[in-house]
Amino acid sequence: MSSSQWLAVRKNLPAKPRAMVAFFSFLLPITIWCLVSYVPFLWHPMVEIQDKGGVAYFKSGMLVERELFEQERLTAIENQLQPPSGIRTNPIYLPAPHEVAVALYTSFTTEPKRRSEKWLHESLWESIQVIFWGFVLSSLFGVPLGILAGTYDFFSRLFEPFIEFFRYLPAPAFGALAVAILGIYHQPKIAIIFIGTFFQQVLVIANTTRKLDPSLLEAAQTLGAKNKALLFKVVVPGVLPDLYRDMRILLGWAWTYLIVSELVGTSSGITWFITQQARYKNFDNVFAAIMIIGIIGLSFDILLALIGKKLFPWQKAQ
Amino acid sequence: MTPIVLPSYLDQSAAVKDRFDRLKQRPVSLEVKHLHKHFDSAGGQVTALQDINFKAYKREFVCVIGPSGCGKSTLVRILAGLETPSSGSVLLNGKAVTGPGPDRGMVFQGYTLFPWLSVKRNVMFGLIEAGHGKTTAEEQALQWIELVGLSRFVDSYPHQLSGGMKQRVAIARALANQPQILLMDEPFGALDPQTRAKMQSHLMEIWKNIDITVVFITHDLDEAIYLADRILVLKAHPGEVNEVIEVSVPQPRDPSQLLSDEFLATKRRLEELIHPEDDGDELATDKLNMVRMVHVNDQVPSVF
Ligand SMILES: Nc1ncnc2c1ncn2[C@@H]1O[C@H](COP(=O)(O)OP(=O)(O)O)[C@@H](O)[C@H]1O
Ligand SMILES: [Mg+2]
Repeated sequence: MSSSQWLAVRKNLPAKPRAMVAFFSFLLPITIWCLVSYVPFLWHPMVEIQDKGGVAYFKSGMLVERELFEQERLTAIENQLQPPSGIRTNPIYLPAPHEVAVALYTSFTTEPKRRSEKWLHESLWESIQVIFWGFVLSSLFGVPLGILAGTYDFFSRLFEPFIEFFRYLPAPAFGALAVAILGIYHQPKIAIIFIGTFFQQVLVIANTTRKLDPSLLEAAQTLGAKNKALLFKVVVPGVLPDLYRDMRILLGWAWTYLIVSELVGTSSGITWFITQQARYKNFDNVFAAIMIIGIIGLSFDILLALIGKKLFPWQKAQ
Repeated sequence: MTPIVLPSYLDQSAAVKDRFDRLKQRPVSLEVKHLHKHFDSAGGQVTALQDINFKAYKREFVCVIGPSGCGKSTLVRILAGLETPSSGSVLLNGKAVTGPGPDRGMVFQGYTLFPWLSVKRNVMFGLIEAGHGKTTAEEQALQWIELVGLSRFVDSYPHQLSGGMKQRVAIARALANQPQILLMDEPFGALDPQTRAKMQSHLMEIWKNIDITVVFITHDLDEAIYLADRILVLKAHPGEVNEVIEVSVPQPRDPSQLLSDEFLATKRRLEELIHPEDDGDELATDKLNMVRMVHVNDQVPSVF
């Protein structure tokens, strides 16, 4: 394939190169991570002490900056003491891929070290519940309001100015209020997800609804459809595929609000797991948890995309 | 070359004249009286239609023709009730038109089938709205689909159909409600010439067999002459009726008439009306400014 085929404007690549490029989109960051982790001279700004030699405050296994190590080594040699030895390594906050892989495995197979800690999957399950209820509650109100606002100018004028104002208020700012009203457990977290999602949702869905081809409505009118039929038999089915796509994007946003919401009230869920593990400097666990979020998010989105194809067979293959 | 001498477009054979006499005896189906339409736009008020008056008789086929932007779509949208006139009135069988309704079927230029409904469901849409039960609606829909020759595609979705097939479904959908008048706004404008010719014949067949008056918008002269009993010629800025032409080509029509004397005479008249010779300064500004182009190393010095 020539370069012009690889970079043809708005043309799909053939199936095989297409899959290959998608594969590379994952391979590339992983390769960079591997290189940085396993090829010492690329980065490795720290030294892990193996033999402390004549430096009193070094301990074996300790990580020090390379310059400091070099300085102490020279001082030791000058003072005719035994020079310390060590190997170059990465900072503790960047674990190597295999360490994260091991952490991923052990987080599901071995019991947490401390009594107060939860299993990773327990934390995840809490998070998923919070997301689920926050998103479902938001959609329960947001979708109908959005469709109404997109269909009737009356509702658009009634809802949208206030919502435009409200969506600029950062959802986390309501944390303390949510706790005061709703207690410290799941409810305030769900409320934050709701606040973060709902206002965007109404506006996004109203816009999507407005994009429905008006000639479909006119055609329906010439076929005798009146107000209610226009709404339920034309607007709703007409916007459904786009609405479904909006919901997928909004669900992604809800995940980002999860992180804030879980810091409200009693800490729980995956965020708590991450902060806790970071506190104990188990960065391999931190990375494992972050990756799990990514994997869950991506697989859920792919699943929804597949369901969407089944639900809307009239959509042209994309 | 000797110029071909054509009869006047006004000359009608006895049979044609007799037919028009009888046609004008029929009850009036659609009457448009002193219709005006202004739009308020950023650049001020635009007069889209000015004092339009015409009648369409029962089962007549009326074509509306005119240059682009002369208000054809606006006119048909007012007839459909999708747009309200600034003044004047539209009467269908003597009753004023106030809004869209199933007594006037409409076929749009763009494809307006509901993409989420199968062909059958699209045709059933109006029937269900009219209060028919599902089984009757389905029965009738299937008949209309058969009429337009798409029985094999009843369960297909619109995106699986070609442009011509989509418009056939749109016609079936409009007819299913048994409207008194069928309004069509350049319905075949986006089709290739062969499909378009086929669709014209289909439409003629349907028109002959169903009790319906047709108002058909087009900017294609041949299409207008081939289809119409009478042609309403509009002119632009403002949109006014220029002339109403009784097409002297005998009915029933067939494609061999496209080169007949009556056909060519009518076409020449339409050309005169729509592309007038001396359009004054308008034409001068329309010319491309090629004077300043410098020819360097043309491999072919002239195209002639
Ligand atoms: N909704 C509208 N608002 C403002 N001007 C309009 C509107 N619809 C049509 N017009 C104007 O009215 C004139 C006639 O338009 P139209 O009926 O679409 O012409 P045609 O169908 O003959 O090409 C044009 O000048 C157009 O710009
Ligand atoms: Mg038009």
